[in-house]
Amino acid sequence: MDGKAIVITSGKGGVGKTTSTANIGTGLAQLGKEVVLIDADIGLRNLDVVMGLENRIVYDIVDVVEENCRLEQALIKDKRYSSLSLLPAAQTRDKTAVSKEQMVEVCKRLKAEADYVLIDCPAGIEQGFQNAIAGADEAIIITTPEVAAIRDADRVIGMLQAEGLGEPEVIINRIRMDMVNKGDMMDIEDMIEILAIKLLGVVPDDQEIVISTNKGEPIILDDSNSQSAQAFKNIVHRLEGEKIPLMSLEEGFMEKFKRILGLG
Amino acid sequence: MLDKLRKMFDDEVDSKDLAKERLKLVLIHDKINISPELLEEMKEELLEVVSKYIEVEANRLSIDLNQDDQSIALVANIPVKELRRRSLEDVSESD
Ligand SMILES: Nc1ncnc2c1ncn2[C@@H]1O[C@H](COP(=O)(O)OP(=O)(O)O)[C@@H](O)[C@H]1O
Ligand SMILES: [Mg+2]
Repeated sequence: MDGKAIVITSGKGGVGKTTSTANIGTGLAQLGKEVVLIDADIGLRNLDVVMGLENRIVYDIVDVVEENCRLEQALIKDKRYSSLSLLPAAQTRDKTAVSKEQMVEVCKRLKAEADYVLIDCPAGIEQGFQNAIAGADEAIIITTPEVAAIRDADRVIGMLQAEGLGEPEVIINRIRMDMVNKGDMMDIEDMIEILAIKLLGVVPDDQEIVISTNKGEPIILDDSNSQSAQAFKNIVHRLEGEKIPLMSLEEGFMEKFKRILGLG
Repeated sequence: MLDKLRKMFDDEVDSKDLAKERLKLVLIHDKINISPELLEEMKEELLEVVSKYIEVEANRLSIDLNQDDQSIALVANIPVKELRRRSLEDVSESD
């Protein structure tokens, strides 16, 4: 099939890489794409839980590279979409259990069968990061509207460029328009200007994401179409080459009214 | 609107502007990898060289790192007192 491998990375931990990987992967499968998610965070397996697939794991990526099983045996089918599967990280091993070359090989084999291979990158810029980006054709940077997260994102962009992944796009996660409007959070234009890269999307800070993660159901499955679900849908369509304008994340009229009256 | 009014009455700086300025500085220093001390040293040396040719206001000299798009520029602002017309000979003599 010859799909492409996209690494989802950030430098800083806890900014939403795993959440984004789960949602973008599920969204692409909703569009009928063949998708494989790789959890490259070896030793800190997460993506299985966010996807609600933790009880189905038999083999993991280390079993694959050590040839304890075939690649197909380690792939876990998603509950909801048959064209979506997960290659889990090993939980009891460390980053050195998989080499760069092995990662490149795994990605190559998965790309032959899928439209998209999404790689959930560990935090940091050490070997785990180096491995995760080794097999990627493209990169998505996740950041939050904070100085430390953007600084790390900038560092990672530089390192990606050095590895030939020169044109990453950024997702700004956990934005709060109420704070932006009060001048207490950097706005989107500021951040894009400073990072000097293309914007793939903006995801609001949304407690529904915490709830959906509790259930093991990515928010993009949400029918009520919360703002964060819509944001991830837009991102998926942009990845597919559609031109979708940024959605309005302005606070609603009532919220603004309440805030001005000091009730919000 | 009300927010803007509120801002006019307290001269507190928006924390987002603080964040932006701090971020810009930290990124420039990350990239150029030069400490403020080294920058100060460079300033002294620069002053020495320039003073050989023109009289400058040493205490008003400033050196900054500026970033636009992807390139970083070293910008020195050196206010001149008055032009000293010296021949090249003078310069080598004074060395
Ligand atoms: N847009 C968001 N709104 C609210 N909570 C979020 C959002 N994105 C991520 N989170 C929460 O932040 C935490 C860290 O997210 P995660 O995806 O695990 O980050 P990473 O993989 O980068 O370490 C999780 O508890 C997740 O539910
Ligand atoms: Mg993670």
